[in-house]
Amino acid sequence: MSMQKTGFYGVLLAIIVAAPFLFPDFSTQLATLWLFIIVAMTWDMTGGQMGYNSLGNIFFYGTGMYVAAVIAIALVYDVGEYTGAAGGGRYDFTNQQYITGFLLGTLGAGVFCAVSAFILGYVLFGLRGPYFAIGTLGMAIAAGELVSNWDWVGGGQGITLPVYAGDFDQTKLFIYFAFAIVGVILFIFLKWLYSTRFGAAINAVRDDEEKAEAMGLQTLKYKLVTWSLSAFFIGMVGGISAFQLISFEPLESAYQTINLGIFMVVCVLLGGKGTLWGPIVGAIMFQIFKEVTWNYFLGWQWVALGALIVVTVVYFQDGLMGWLMHKKPEWFGVRVESKDDTVAEPAE
Amino acid sequence: MDQILGNIDLLIQFPVVNLKIIIDGIMIGALFALAAYGLALVWGVMNVKNLAQGDFVIGGGYVSWWLATTYGLHPLLGVPVAFVVMWGIGWLTYKLVISRVIERDLFTSLLATFGLAIMYAQIMNLLFGSDTQSLVLDVSALGLQNNYYFADGLIDLPAAKVIGVILAAILATGVILFMKRSRMGQAIRATAQDARAARVLGIDTEKVYAFTFSLNSAICGAAGAIIVMVWVIQPFYGITYSVRAFVIVTAAGLGNLPGVIAAGLGIGAAEQYGSHIFGIGYQQAIAVMLLLAVLVYRLLQQRRNRQVLQ
Repeated sequence: MSMQKTGFYGVLLAIIVAAPFLFPDFSTQLATLWLFIIVAMTWDMTGGQMGYNSLGNIFFYGTGMYVAAVIAIALVYDVGEYTGAAGGGRYDFTNQQYITGFLLGTLGAGVFCAVSAFILGYVLFGLRGPYFAIGTLGMAIAAGELVSNWDWVGGGQGITLPVYAGDFDQTKLFIYFAFAIVGVILFIFLKWLYSTRFGAAINAVRDDEEKAEAMGLQTLKYKLVTWSLSAFFIGMVGGISAFQLISFEPLESAYQTINLGIFMVVCVLLGGKGTLWGPIVGAIMFQIFKEVTWNYFLGWQWVALGALIVVTVVYFQDGLMGWLMHKKPEWFGVRVESKDDTVAEPAE
Repeated sequence: MDQILGNIDLLIQFPVVNLKIIIDGIMIGALFALAAYGLALVWGVMNVKNLAQGDFVIGGGYVSWWLATTYGLHPLLGVPVAFVVMWGIGWLTYKLVISRVIERDLFTSLLATFGLAIMYAQIMNLLFGSDTQSLVLDVSALGLQNNYYFADGLIDLPAAKVIGVILAAILATGVILFMKRSRMGQAIRATAQDARAARVLGIDTEKVYAFTFSLNSAICGAAGAIIVMVWVIQPFYGITYSVRAFVIVTAAGLGNLPGVIAAGLGIGAAEQYGSHIFGIGYQQAIAVMLLLAVLVYRLLQQRRNRQVLQ
C-alpha cells in the first residue's frame, strides 16, 4: 500500500471516529447513514458482483432484529411472558445484562441469518433474473405477515426492548460505533474478498452463469456462500437497529419492504453497482437526498423518493462510479491505449 | 392449533359454509383475474413486469369514490369513468417512464415500476388521506333487494357483489372480443409474437405499446371502481393486488387466458379458505405464500428438464 493510500485511509478513519463528537446532534443520522452504507454494500455482494438482484434482503434485516431482541430478552426473562406484557410490567436490564444481550444478540442474529440464507438459497437460487427478484420480494413480505401474526414475538405490536440504564447520549455513541465497527470490518472484508479467486468466481456467475458452470465452477456453492455472507452482515446490523430503535413492530420497521428494502437497491444503483466504493458513495448521496427532501417536502418526500428511484433506474443506471469509469478510466487503473500503440504491438 | 382444527371441523359439519366461502372466493377471484389479465397483456406484449399494477387498481377505486362523494356520481357510472381516467394516467405513465424501459433488462422494469408504485401510493395518500374508503351501492331503485339470503340465512349474497362480478365478466368479454376482432387487437397480438416482424409489416409498435399499457391501466381502473363498491380501498393496499396479479400470471403462464381466469378464481377461493381456517390476519400471508409455492413448483418442474452434468 502506497503512502498516499495509507494517508487516505488514515484520514477516513479519523473522520469516522471524530464525526459523532464533532456533530453530537446528528449522531442518530450518522448511525442511520452507516446502516444504509452497510446494507448497500451487502446488497451489492449479490446484486452487483454476482448478478442476482434480490428485492428481499430486508428479510435478513427484519429477522436479525427479531433474533437479536429475542436472544437478549431470553437471557434474562421468559420471552412469551415479556412480549405478553407488551412493554408494560417491570422488566429492566442491568448494564451488564444489556451489554451481554447486545453482543450475543447481534452475533446470534448474524449467524441465524447466514444459516437461513443458506437454506433459503437452495430453493431460491434456482430462480433466474426477475423471478429471483419476485421470489425474494415475496419471501420478505410473507415473513413480515407471518411474524405479525406470531404472538410469541409480540404479534403486530412488535417488541419493546429495555433501555440502557446509563446516559442517553452514551447509548447513542455506543450504537454509532457498533454500526461503524461492523461497517469498517465489512469494507475491509469485501476489499479482500473481491481481490481473491472467490471474487472472480462470483463475477463469472454474473457475466455468464452457464459458461461458468461449464468451466467447472460449482455455481450454486458460490451463490449460497455469498448470500450467507451478506445475510450475516445484514442480520448483524438488523440486530443493532433493534437496540437503536428500542421499540419496533413487524411491518413498518422490521420487514420494511418498501422502505429500506428498496432503498438499499437504489443506493447501490446511485453509486454504481459492481464496485467497491459505489454503494458507499450511493448511500451517502441517498441519505443526503432523503434528509433534504424530508426537511423541505415533508409528505411529498415519499413522492420525491419514488421519483428518485424511477429516474435513477431509467436514466442513470450505471451510477456515479459507472459514469466516472466511463469518463475517466485511468483513475481506475485501466490503461487506455491510443490507436498507435495497438498497431505497433507485434502480433503473437 | 385448536382454533384451526375447530375451523376445519366447522367446514365438515356445515357443508353449506363451504359454498359460501367458494362463492365469496369466486367473486374476489374474478376481480383479481382482471388485474392479472392486464399484467399478462403488458408482460407478454412489451416484456415489462408492472409492479404498479395494484396501484392502478386502487387509483381507479379512488376516481370513482372521489366523484361519488363530491359530485354524487352513481357508483355504477364510476366504472366507465374510472376506465377513461386511468386510461389517461396509464398513457402518461407509458410516455414518461415505461417507453424507456421496454428495451432494457427485466430487473430495470421491475425496479422502475416499484418506484412508480411508491409514488402513486403516496400521492393517493396525500390527496385522499390514509383512511379506508368504500361506496355503498343501493340497488333498491332498480327493484332489487340489497341482500339475498339462501340456506336459512347461512349464505348472504349482497347484490353489489353479484353486480360486481357481472361487470367484471362484461369487461373481460369486451376486452377479449376486442383483442380477437379489432385491427388494433390483431396488431397487439402480432407485436407480442414478434415485435420486429410486426414492424417490418408496417405496424407502428410504439403506438401498440402505448395502447397496450393504457388499456392495462384502464382495465385495472375499472376493476378498482368495482372493488370500491364491494370491499374497501386504502392508498397502500396496491401492493397486495400486484402480488396477487403476479401469483396468477406466474401460475397460469403468459397468453393463457383460460388459465388466468381459472387461476384467478382459484386463488380467490384458496385465500378465502385460508383466512377461514387460519384467521383473517393470515390472508395477505397466504396470497404471498401461494406466489412462493407457485415459483418453487415451477422451478422443480423445470429442474427435471434441465440438462447438466451432475
